[in-house]
Amino acid sequence: MLIAQFLYGGAGLVLFTLGLWSFLVHEPLLRKIIALNVTGAGVFHVLIAIAYRGDAAPPDPVPHALVLTGIVVAVSATALALMLGARLQDADEEDQTP
Amino acid sequence: MSAPAGLDRATERSRDLRLLLAVLLTLLGVALTLVYLIALNAGAAPRLADLAYERLPSTGVQNPVTAVLLNYRAYDTLMELAVLLAALLGIWALGPAPPGFQRSGAVLAAMVSWVVPLLIVTGGYMLWVGGYAPGGAFQAGALLGAAGVIVRLAGDPRAGLPGEAAQRWLLVAGVLVFTLVGLGLMAFGAGFLTYPPTLAKWLILLIEAAATVAIGAALAAAYVGGRPPGPDARPTAEDEDALTPAQTPANPPAPPLDPRP
Amino acid sequence: MSDAALTHPLVLCIALPLLGAMLVTALPRWSVRLGILAAVATAAAAVALAATVWQQGTLHLMLGGWDRQLAIALRADGIATALVLMANLVALGISVYASGYFHDRVRVRSFWPLWLLLWAGLNGLFLAGDLFNLYVMLELLGIAAAALGALTGNRDAVAANLRYLLVGLLGSISYLLGVALLYTAYGTLDLGLLAAGIADSPQLLAVNAAAMTLMVAGLALKAALFPLHFWLPPAHANAPAPVSAALSALVVKAVFYLILRLWLDLFWPITGMAAAMLPALLGAVAIVWGSWRALRAERLKLLAAYSTVAQIGYLFLFLPLLAATPPGPARDDLLAALLLMAVTHGFAKAGFFLAAGLVQTNAGHDRIDDLGGTAQRLPATTFAIALSGSALIGLPPSGSFIGKWLLMQSAIATGQWWWVIVVTTGSLLASAYVFRVLSRAFGLEPTPMRFITDARAEVPALTLALVSVAVLGLASGPVWTLLGLSAAGVGA
Repeated sequence: MLIAQFLYGGAGLVLFTLGLWSFLVHEPLLRKIIALNVTGAGVFHVLIAIAYRGDAAPPDPVPHALVLTGIVVAVSATALALMLGARLQDADEEDQTP
Repeated sequence: MSAPAGLDRATERSRDLRLLLAVLLTLLGVALTLVYLIALNAGAAPRLADLAYERLPSTGVQNPVTAVLLNYRAYDTLMELAVLLAALLGIWALGPAPPGFQRSGAVLAAMVSWVVPLLIVTGGYMLWVGGYAPGGAFQAGALLGAAGVIVRLAGDPRAGLPGEAAQRWLLVAGVLVFTLVGLGLMAFGAGFLTYPPTLAKWLILLIEAAATVAIGAALAAAYVGGRPPGPDARPTAEDEDALTPAQTPANPPAPPLDPRP
Repeated sequence: MSDAALTHPLVLCIALPLLGAMLVTALPRWSVRLGILAAVATAAAAVALAATVWQQGTLHLMLGGWDRQLAIALRADGIATALVLMANLVALGISVYASGYFHDRVRVRSFWPLWLLLWAGLNGLFLAGDLFNLYVMLELLGIAAAALGALTGNRDAVAANLRYLLVGLLGSISYLLGVALLYTAYGTLDLGLLAAGIADSPQLLAVNAAAMTLMVAGLALKAALFPLHFWLPPAHANAPAPVSAALSALVVKAVFYLILRLWLDLFWPITGMAAAMLPALLGAVAIVWGSWRALRAERLKLLAAYSTVAQIGYLFLFLPLLAATPPGPARDDLLAALLLMAVTHGFAKAGFFLAAGLVQTNAGHDRIDDLGGTAQRLPATTFAIALSGSALIGLPPSGSFIGKWLLMQSAIATGQWWWVIVVTTGSLLASAYVFRVLSRAFGLEPTPMRFITDARAEVPALTLALVSVAVLGLASGPVWTLLGLSAAGVGA
């Protein structure tokens, strides 16, 4: 095990926990969506960290590819969540100004 | 805390709950870090790295990450393109796009006419370079998507994309080509998404080119934020009457939000 | 047939709906025709898969032909095949129903591509043998399901499905962290290799337990296990009827299937009695609470949604019983009973929601107290509600009767008699909520003139309900055969 690997991945776990906290505590939709993305970024950090094999060896490509896939999935989900939120806001504004 | 006055007790309770949550999450974080330490020391160290490099010569590409994405785990990538498409179709299902931004002024227009072609060329380069160096369909698609965002910000309501009919073909290009290549290989006896080493390079490039277009189009279209304006943009009155009448009269039947449950 | 050709149905079950989704997206004018074509083709592939597994036993395919560690595996054993067959037949019924349900052109064009993508995700999830691929499938399901649920665009539906989407995302991120920990410790994502690794590494108990907790908790959120069920009733009750049917009958079931798979195949060495008790206790509360809320529900679709919360609870009761039963015929019976209950509920709940949708379309509302005369106006639909209701209660000869019977038998045999009380209470409450609907529906005097009023919509609902009662109950033998075929595959 490499110290750098542990520290970087550990930072990812901190991000995961912070994201979880923010998701559970904050009401506004935008904060929840950002919190979920922070949580996801934490997991991606862990995957990137375990790909590292020291400066001499090339990194493990599999976790890199998993993260790339994970990012596209996260972007897709975020886009849909934001649009659903926008529709909700439109509906609420229509309710207030009949 | 934004709780109104008079709810002191509720505020206090919610503060206690937050404290409890903070303690629990701290414990969770510490436990996860310890578990991660144990897992790192479990002795799985090279994991799949050595095997992935060993098989690299027969994948048709020299960049190991591209080899994982489009050969070893191509099926993941195919399904992930489907995820992106599902999100975009979900956005389209929510209604037509909001009106475009105001037309850009001369300075922005001049900048856009410089930056957008540059992004498109860089995207093409990214696609090609992905075969042997960091790059590939996602990076290229992200650049195309960024070009679309800039064009939209400069006032084009469709973010530089063609009309709805053509746009639909661009969006499905990735999954369609990917699936057809996979099924074609299966029909010729090679197995689903099992490329013969001699053809691998060109099949991967074909799939990546289609995926780049699809990702770029999907990202730009997602930024537009709704169905492209056109004859299908709004349900007609005739369509509205075809099903059950409104159940929650509180909502006025204004498109795109209609009150049908 | 060559060996390679045997695994073709495995691929086709996923590739055909995907291809169909692309065609309906690109050619929206032909949505309904192409959609039905893709639905029939996919269901045919599922039947072919079941026939192949029936003859050959568990199927296994390494995509790309790479080494087992490097490739993504697809596999179909008895449990997966039974659920794939159920899901695809139900999905075919939903497709036929949907072809007549949506009239608005925009909605037709939105429904079909998302529905076929959801279908591809379902089959992909049932047949996946790779932990990360399962994550991608979960996300495909979650995104397509939330998008479909919000299809009507009204405020309640959008709010409920936004919540569903966010909760689902949280669940899958938790699952993904578990996958990352397992990859760190074992260097593989293949289910079979990981199962062997976990069985050989009792010293890594902390890692295994943490990964299991993260993954199962994340999935329990997506499977709506009490008290994580809060998102389900509004999301399922506000969706269009064919979507509600798919969400309640199939999507939740698919997530439970994944929990079962992890529990039985991957984490078997560490999922003892103590670990199984917690989900089972939550399941027991879900049965009582869900059934009670269903009884108190004012709307038919809300009733059906709460009933799903309860029915998912039954499935979790099997975990401690499986833990207490040593491998052998008794355990096979228990697994078959579990499968039978899941499959029966799939058919019954889809039939119930489709019928409820017809009631809503016809009457303009689905308030239970104002259902009077439904039996006269829509006799076939009312009959479908009655049939699927009897399967939800677990009346003979439905499949869930046999399932509950074996569940209670095993509970007594393993000394866990308290589950019998839970199951009995749940069944009594279920009969109460089903009869409450029926007593309202039979409120008026005149006898019906015609049994079927709208064939395209009523026949699928009726068929699904009928399958849940008659076919699965009277001919449940094949479930055992399928399980027997895959006995070697489980855990291997």
